[in-house]
Amino acid sequence: MPRFRNLIDPSDFSVDELYELVADAQKIISSPDNFKHVADGKILASLFYEPSTRTKFSFDSAMLRLGGQVIGFSDPSTSSTAKGETIADSAKTVSQYADIIVVRHPKEGTARLMSKFADCPVINAGDGGHQHPTQTLTDLLTIMSCVGRLDNLSVGVCGDLKFGRTIHSLVTCLARFPRNRFVFISPDELSMPAYVKETISKHGVEFCETSDLEGSMPQLDILYMSRVQRERFVSEEEYLRLKDYFILTAAKMQCAKPDMIVMHPLPRVNEIATEVDSDPRAKYFEQVRFGMFIRMALIMKLLNL
Amino acid sequence: MINVSKLKKGIVIDHITAGYGYKLFRQLHLDTLDDVVVLMRNVQSSKLGKKDLIKIETDLPLDFTVLGLIDPGITVSYIQDGVCVDKTKPTLPQRVEGILTCKNPRCISNIEHIDSVTFDLVDEAKKEYACEYCEARTRL
Repeated sequence: MPRFRNLIDPSDFSVDELYELVADAQKIISSPDNFKHVADGKILASLFYEPSTRTKFSFDSAMLRLGGQVIGFSDPSTSSTAKGETIADSAKTVSQYADIIVVRHPKEGTARLMSKFADCPVINAGDGGHQHPTQTLTDLLTIMSCVGRLDNLSVGVCGDLKFGRTIHSLVTCLARFPRNRFVFISPDELSMPAYVKETISKHGVEFCETSDLEGSMPQLDILYMSRVQRERFVSEEEYLRLKDYFILTAAKMQCAKPDMIVMHPLPRVNEIATEVDSDPRAKYFEQVRFGMFIRMALIMKLLNL
Repeated sequence: MINVSKLKKGIVIDHITAGYGYKLFRQLHLDTLDDVVVLMRNVQSSKLGKKDLIKIETDLPLDFTVLGLIDPGITVSYIQDGVCVDKTKPTLPQRVEGILTCKNPRCISNIEHIDSVTFDLVDEAKKEYACEYCEARTRL
């Protein structure tokens, strides 16, 4: 048995636990004052080995709103890593100061490695192109709050499905809930990797692949847009060729159901035209706020608060 | 023709695909044994045409987990008093530790020194294992 409960991969939590976590976050949303001292005296170590304003702010504000405090760095050159300290030693050392560790690192599997050596719970805030489980939790809370259920959904995911770790995590997680169906919308070059399709097929989940965004929209309950990420490409030419492939506009939104929601992990480049922001179905900025609440619920769960 | 005498007591690893014997010898760390070990390469075989063969004169229990991973056609015979008392065919292990290395250059296990990385079998037909850290699929 692990010494602590960690969140490294969305599958670390059962479906029942995911429902509980979402319900806890909704309690926080409805009565935030009841939670502003639950983490009094606790310290969160925020170890960001690669830049991320959004996720870092989200965790920091989550801990501060629970009454806890935050230490850490967002530039590894200011940490002991610059002196050659191993991840294992950093985990062991930092966990002597902090009650919980949040780590983002460009190398895949770093959070798992850290969890083996830390003397406190570890949360994976993104490990390269591998996993970003708290984004998935954010997405679940957004869906539950805006659509009212996590099952029997028709979910379209659009854009960079090849390198989009948030997309992979969300799809494999939603596949664990009954009767969810997927439409994978991308150019061939950025299509969903085989291992994701194999994983969801094992759950008997229906999916189809297309490059037709407008044609897919009428059937969707959720349209999840994603950014074509420059940092995942070796060739700048290839990035420039594919980055504008799908752009969601107000005109395209007319093809969607009146209650379909649009989500995006942000930051966006230009894949959603700003004219869509005023459409009440655009939920991506609310999603950011939900991210903070689900992280509050997660910190409470892992610290048994 | 080279003749190697019959084993009185020990283990015979037979039907090794020709050319795999040395790889297996290294993976089993047979060079660290004090016992007599014979590696024969390109031995004539009615079944395989050519095969490799290893004979180990030992009392020690050896960990043969890796055998199925390298060459599933192998047979392992246990000899006592010159007679075969048990014969097994290795299967693919569900989990291997410290044998495989992750082929994903972005995996932390290729950056940090980690003593022993665990891999779980994810595709038996392709003999593919997933790295415990990055989940990338790897074969020996």
